[in-house]
Amino acid sequence: MEHGSLTDSTSSTFSIMEEDHTLANSARFVLNQDPRVAFCGYSIPHPAEKKVNIRVQTTGDAAKDVLKDALQNLMIMCQHVRGTLDNAVANHRAKNTTAEQMDVDRK
Amino acid sequence: MPKKGTKSKEVDNAPNQQENKLPDYLEVQRTRVVCNADAPIHTQGYQYSGTFAAMGVDNSVSVEKFCKNFKIEINRLTEDDMEFDMIGIDASIANAFRRILIAEVPTMAIEKIFMVDNTSVIADEVLSHRLGLIPLRADPRLFDYISENDVPNERNTVVYKLHVSCPKGSQRITVKSSELEWLPEGSQLSMAAPAQSGDKQKTFTSFSQSQKEILEEPLGVKFKDITIARLGPGQAIELEAHAVKGVGKVHAKWSPVATAWYRMLPEVVILKDIEGDDAEELVKKCPVNVFDIEDLGNGGKRAVVAKPRACTLCRECVMGPNGNQVELRRVRDHFIFTIESTGALPPEVLFTEAVKILEEKCERVISELS
Repeated sequence: MEHGSLTDSTSSTFSIMEEDHTLANSARFVLNQDPRVAFCGYSIPHPAEKKVNIRVQTTGDAAKDVLKDALQNLMIMCQHVRGTLDNAVANHRAKNTTAEQMDVDRK
Repeated sequence: MPKKGTKSKEVDNAPNQQENKLPDYLEVQRTRVVCNADAPIHTQGYQYSGTFAAMGVDNSVSVEKFCKNFKIEINRLTEDDMEFDMIGIDASIANAFRRILIAEVPTMAIEKIFMVDNTSVIADEVLSHRLGLIPLRADPRLFDYISENDVPNERNTVVYKLHVSCPKGSQRITVKSSELEWLPEGSQLSMAAPAQSGDKQKTFTSFSQSQKEILEEPLGVKFKDITIARLGPGQAIELEAHAVKGVGKVHAKWSPVATAWYRMLPEVVILKDIEGDDAEELVKKCPVNVFDIEDLGNGGKRAVVAKPRACTLCRECVMGPNGNQVELRRVRDHFIFTIESTGALPPEVLFTEAVKILEEKCERVISELS
């Protein structure tokens, strides 16, 4: 859900249900990396309510598009993390099996 | 022959290639948390991309830059725990992974108990709670969530049976988790007597096929030596336990990790050479032996940092009269991440699942915005 004005699309507050610091803090970090963002922050209005408000103010682009791009970037980063971990695990396993084989050879 | 075009292009690129550097003290503030004797400083960091724009320094982390710099190095990987270094990532995202691991990666856990008989000294509700906390060896990815109105079937429920009794006149017995028996055909308890003798008995689950057919491995419990209860002579427990899929934020029994945590990489810097007796004193001061002595010849001694990773940040070395000779720092974008799995899934799979869940969250919000 988006709260903004009809005339000015550059600043909006997005109310996201069923989310918490996990997404909002990551989204705020990615938004802050975007040079189009003039201000962004988030708040949880009440700790018992499963809801976060993310405020985005931009230097000209529509806040909605900037937020969408930020989340898209976060997804790409996640995919890269996943790929990197898979590679690291494969390398670690390969290294350990060769080390074990060497031990066996020595015996 | 050098082309004119390429040459002029190089000149154009020159100011971009030659990156402006921040002065040392600002670079430390940007990339390190400095732990002084009284309190840590520069803890907040600079998130805004244009913080140093006036000095011509780009503080942003674009996706390309992130992909180039991000690294994972695995230090330890066993069946149910792992430690790895995650380098080049912001705390907000590392923390998102940690939070998701603890609270949002699903597992299977016992949720419903059908108590037929319990004459043991342990009360029904306490026994049920204990059963709920037992880690099950069942891959949650093969099951669906069950909602309130759903009928328990082979895709969303795992049924276990516990039937033990201690014969009269014998020794007390201990009921271990290995006594839990998996029922791949579903519940064996009938809800009511069949209306007609030919009808199939109605039970608490409606399995259309045996779970043996849809699962590759038989299910069970992860640890066979968990004490569930003790029975005296003549006491018995008979019950059926239904396990369902859930997440840790609903109840900790569904948390797939014993815990998951990270710490920032410690960095110990000796600002001024520490020699002689002062060096000896410094080495002795540190309870985890971060420092070591380097022989300079002619009996000269100098303190060096040998094992900065062991630093627990007790700050003993930065206190006292010689405290200003050492500086304790933490590297802001280098995390030593540890995952201890409870056994349903191996730790590296848990981390992959956690990352996937963050992706799904992004996707959900993007689709809501469009």
